[in-house]
Order: sequence, then structure tokens, then C-alpha cells
Amino acid sequence: MEISPQAAMPVIDVRNLTKDYYLGEIVVPALRGIDLQIFPGEMVAIMGPSGSGKSTLMNMIGCLDSPTSGEYYLDSLLVSDLHDDDLAIVRNQKIGFVFQKYNLLPRIDAIENVALPLRYSENTSSMRQRAEAALQAVGLGDRMRHKPNELSGGQQQRVAIARALVNEPAILLADEPTGNLDSQSGKEIMELLMKLNQQQNTTIVLVTHDPTVATHAQRIVQLFDGLVKTPEAVS
Amino acid sequence: MKFLQALKEAIASLSANKTRSFLTVLGIVIGVGAVIGVLSIGQGAEASIIGQIESIGTNVIYVFRGNRSEDVTNPNRLTTADADALSNRARAPHIINIASVLSGQSRVRFGDESTQTSIMGVAENYAEVTDLKLSEGSFFTESNVTNRSSVVVLGPELAERLTGRRTELVGTTVHINNYPFRVVGSAIAKGGNQFSSPDMDAYIPITAMQLRVQRQSVPNAVDFLLIQAQDSQSIDLAMQEAKAILRASHRLTSRQPDDFTMTNQEDILSIANSITKILTIFLAGIAAISLLVGGIGIMNIMLVSVTERTREIGLRKALGARKFDIQLQFLTESAMLSVFGGLIGIGLGWLLGKVVGIIAANSGTPLVPEISLNSVLLATLFSLAVGLFFGWYPALRAANLEPVEALRYE
Repeated sequence: MEISPQAAMPVIDVRNLTKDYYLGEIVVPALRGIDLQIFPGEMVAIMGPSGSGKSTLMNMIGCLDSPTSGEYYLDSLLVSDLHDDDLAIVRNQKIGFVFQKYNLLPRIDAIENVALPLRYSENTSSMRQRAEAALQAVGLGDRMRHKPNELSGGQQQRVAIARALVNEPAILLADEPTGNLDSQSGKEIMELLMKLNQQQNTTIVLVTHDPTVATHAQRIVQLFDGLVKTPEAVS
Repeated sequence: MKFLQALKEAIASLSANKTRSFLTVLGIVIGVGAVIGVLSIGQGAEASIIGQIESIGTNVIYVFRGNRSEDVTNPNRLTTADADALSNRARAPHIINIASVLSGQSRVRFGDESTQTSIMGVAENYAEVTDLKLSEGSFFTESNVTNRSSVVVLGPELAERLTGRRTELVGTTVHINNYPFRVVGSAIAKGGNQFSSPDMDAYIPITAMQLRVQRQSVPNAVDFLLIQAQDSQSIDLAMQEAKAILRASHRLTSRQPDDFTMTNQEDILSIANSITKILTIFLAGIAAISLLVGGIGIMNIMLVSVTERTREIGLRKALGARKFDIQLQFLTESAMLSVFGGLIGIGLGWLLGKVVGIIAANSGTPLVPEISLNSVLLATLFSLAVGLFFGWYPALRAANLEPVEALRYE
């Protein structure tokens, strides 16, 4: 396993993580003991066929759900046994989400969508300026007052990326970020993510089943049947 | 800060669905409107009744036949003989005036106009006891009463209805129960001094009443007696004296209970007060049921809204909203709906009161609906409570959604 030279402490440290789902009496193991370290500044793709557990793993890494057993350290904080409201604070402070379907609120404009995570954070000062800066960073400085339905798919995903970055999280978690986009827009979004990774050293975790998307990553983690198959390095 | 933000978001979210919000609010509008309307009419009625009772003067005692707290078989009717007995200044030094009253409904006719109204057969000192003032002519005299004269004093409303004017009536003739009566005076409008509307009354000598309008099985029978005490301080003494005299004249032994009932201003005031209060509370209670229905409507719509916005809730949770944040957001919306409805309802209730006031004024009953600051505050707080109560469950449902499932919701 290749370890990034720039830091010794992993930002994501998953140890023997399992997750069981219960369908009535039947136990369905979705994750069966995952070990995974991701270091600051890395861009990692998590791949795998459907049913391999990659969505479940993404929910764990995103602190949206709690594991059945195992440990998960995020930014050196043990989050695997935190409760709902504490997890909400962790999500707010440490994680930026980018979804396949953008998930922007249709009633409010771009800048308010970007500022949404700031409303739930402790530091609510200069919300507007920080949201503006995030929108500038994704190249949407001239679309701040537009509502989601006045923006193209690619632009909406840029707003979503700005929203993910506005609270300066430890990781950016992108779930099929190009899944709803045409190839040109998808390419632009991937370029934006790579730029963020290279220029601002943002740690990015991509969940995708699209190999061309995954080739942008420095490292691909293959999941199969709830286990990590063969971590392989990409140039 | 958080709360202000929640308020702003609630306004945005509710105004995004204007028609739905308006229809949801309608239940609360009607409920609060009905409560406020009933309360204001009730308060107006109370004030009007108290005003009417007080306008008689505070030193008047009413004597009725019968006893309402104890069983009395065959109570003696009150008669003019009782009135004469009470007039004995030696035995009743604190009583200064007695007026006997025999009242009944009859038709009064002037030319082609006629109307059914209450005829008050009264003694000559009735005007003095009840402070009835005339705009022209004079009240009938003792000799009119003794001679059973067919003379009448008209109340101003009655005069106007019959003749189209309130004065210049002395000397004309009206027919009561088809007997001609000569008008000797017209009263000044009082706006009410009993439970009836005295401005619609006609006053004739009690003897003429007995003879021409309402024949009685007991000669000289009267409906009630008005006793005027010296002043409001001596009213208890006057009542004691009257009681002793009436018991003697009705030949009651010391074991028998009174066969008459005496009340004074204070008693009547407190009875009237409690009657209007009970009625008001009763009606407001019924109106409050519609508030309940409105609250259930809010709950229903909030539940729909939570389902519709499941993905939004999931997203907010993913971005760091805690349970409390989500709960606050939905509670603010339901509270805002119901308070908004409450405010419109207060306006509606005020309007309702105004309309009833106008109708009452047109039909000759003085009633000015009053909206007190208390009832406005009560309505606002109550509708806020309705919103919080019925919004609680939907808000809790929203807050307890699992972020993973909410985000996946289609």
C-alpha cells in the first residue's frame, strides 16, 4: 500500500469496520471488516459493483450512519461510537458532501444554498463573504443570485461543490459526482475536483462505478462483497 | 440568531405554497374569529345590561310574588293593598316611595299604524321611582289612578313607530286593546332601564290596566312592586321593614317562609353578570372547538410537508443540522401558520362584533361589542399554543428521520 509522503497521520482511519442490515429476521452483512486509511491531500476512488457495499462504506465515512462494529477515526477523532447530534456536528465541521443529484434547495439562490452548512455551524459570522468566496473558487462568481432551476446541471454541481467546501472540511466526499451530467460537464467537474486536490490540497474521496472517473484518482479502492479487494496504485 | 433564521426560512417556505398555507390557516381564522366575536359580543351585552340596570338607580328594591329558594304553596299575589301597607311612614321610615306595576302585552293603535308592545300599568309615582323623564306633558296623577282614567304616556320609540314623531303628541288619542287612551306625555329616550326596552313601552294607570287591558282574577293584583329606599345606604333597613310589613299583610306565621321575593340592584347586577358570563363562556367554548379542528388541519398539512421534504431534511442533516434544528424549523412553520391565522381571526372577530353591533343598534337594543386587549392577547397566545401543540408531532417525525434513508427518498 502506497502511503502519501506528506503526512504520517491518516485523515480517515477505518479499522475492521462491519455493518449488518436486518431484513426482519435475516441478517444481511453489507461490510464485513473493512480496513482503510486515507491521508491528507489524497484523491481516492472507491469502486465496486452494485451490492459490494460502497454506498454503505460511503455512509460510514460520511458519518451518516453508525457501524455495527469496528472503529473509525476521522481527523484523529473516534467517530464510530458518537450519537446522532454529535455526528451532525462532525458532518458539519469535517465533511463536505457532493451528491449525484446535487441536492440543492430549489427555493433559494446559489449563495444561500452554499451558505446552508454555515447556518448549522457555531461560527455564523461573515456567512455571506465565505459563501461568495466558495462560489468564486468554483468559477460561479457571476451566478450567485441564480436559483438552481436557472443553472445548468454542471453549474448546479459546482454550487454543490462550493457548498461542500464552504466550511473548510477535512474531506470532500463525492458520490457519483458526474452520474447525472453529460460527458463534457462531467469532464469539467472532474477537472475542478482535481484542481482543488492539487492546488488546495483538499482530500477527496470519490465513490463511483465509472472507470474513467476513477482514473482521475491517485488510488483506487476496490470493494467486493463487503471487503476491500486489492488496493492498487494509479500513477 | 438561530430563531430569527428559522423565522426567515419559515416565511420563505410558507410563501412558496401560498394557496395551501392560506387554506390551512382558514381553520384557525374561523376558530379565533368565532371566539373573539363571541367574547366581544358577550362583553358588550354585559356592559349594556349592567348599564340598563344601573340606570334605574341604586336605591330601588324589587318585590316579586313567590319564593325561589323555599317551597311555598299558594303564595299570595301582591296587590295594591300591599303597596298601601308599605306606604306607612311610621312602620317603614326608610321607604320613601312605592310603585306598583302590572305589565302585559297588548296592541297599540294610532290611526292606521299599530304595534304589539308591553303596556306598563303603574302607579303615579312610578316616574319618580324609576327616574323616568318626559319631553312634554306630565306623568298621570294620583287622581288619574283613582279614577281609572284612560290616559297614557308613550315611550319615544313607540311614539315614533306609531306616529312618526316623538313629541307634539299630547292631546292625541291612541287605542290600547281597542280602548281609546288620551296621550298626556311623552318620555325621553332612556336607552333601557329594565330587562325590556322601556322606550317601546306605554305607561297607563294601574287601575286602567286592571280594567281595560288585563283583567285579573284577584282584584288589585300587581306583578311587582318597586320600593324606593331613602338612599343606597338605607337599602338593607328598607328591605327589613318591607319584609316585616309584607309578612304581616300576608298573614304569615313565624314558621311559614316568605311568599314573596325581594331583590335590589346589587343582586340583580350580580345575577345578570353571572348569566352573561356563563353564556359567553359556553358560546366561546363551542367556538373553541373549531380552533381544535383548525389545529388538526395544521397537523395534517405539516405531516404532508414533512413527507414532501424528506430529501430536504436528509440534506440538511447531512450538512450538519441537529434534531433540534429540524424540529425548530418545522415548529416555527406551524406556529407561524397558526399565529398568522389567529391575527386574521382577531380581525374577523372584530368585524363580526361590529356587524352584530350594527344589527343590534338598528333593532333598538343598545349593544356595543367590546374587544379587550386581554381577549386579543389570549387569542394570540392560544393560537400559538395550537400551532406548537399540533406541530409538535410532525416536527418530531422530521427530526427523527434517518439521514441515509431521507437522502435516498424519492
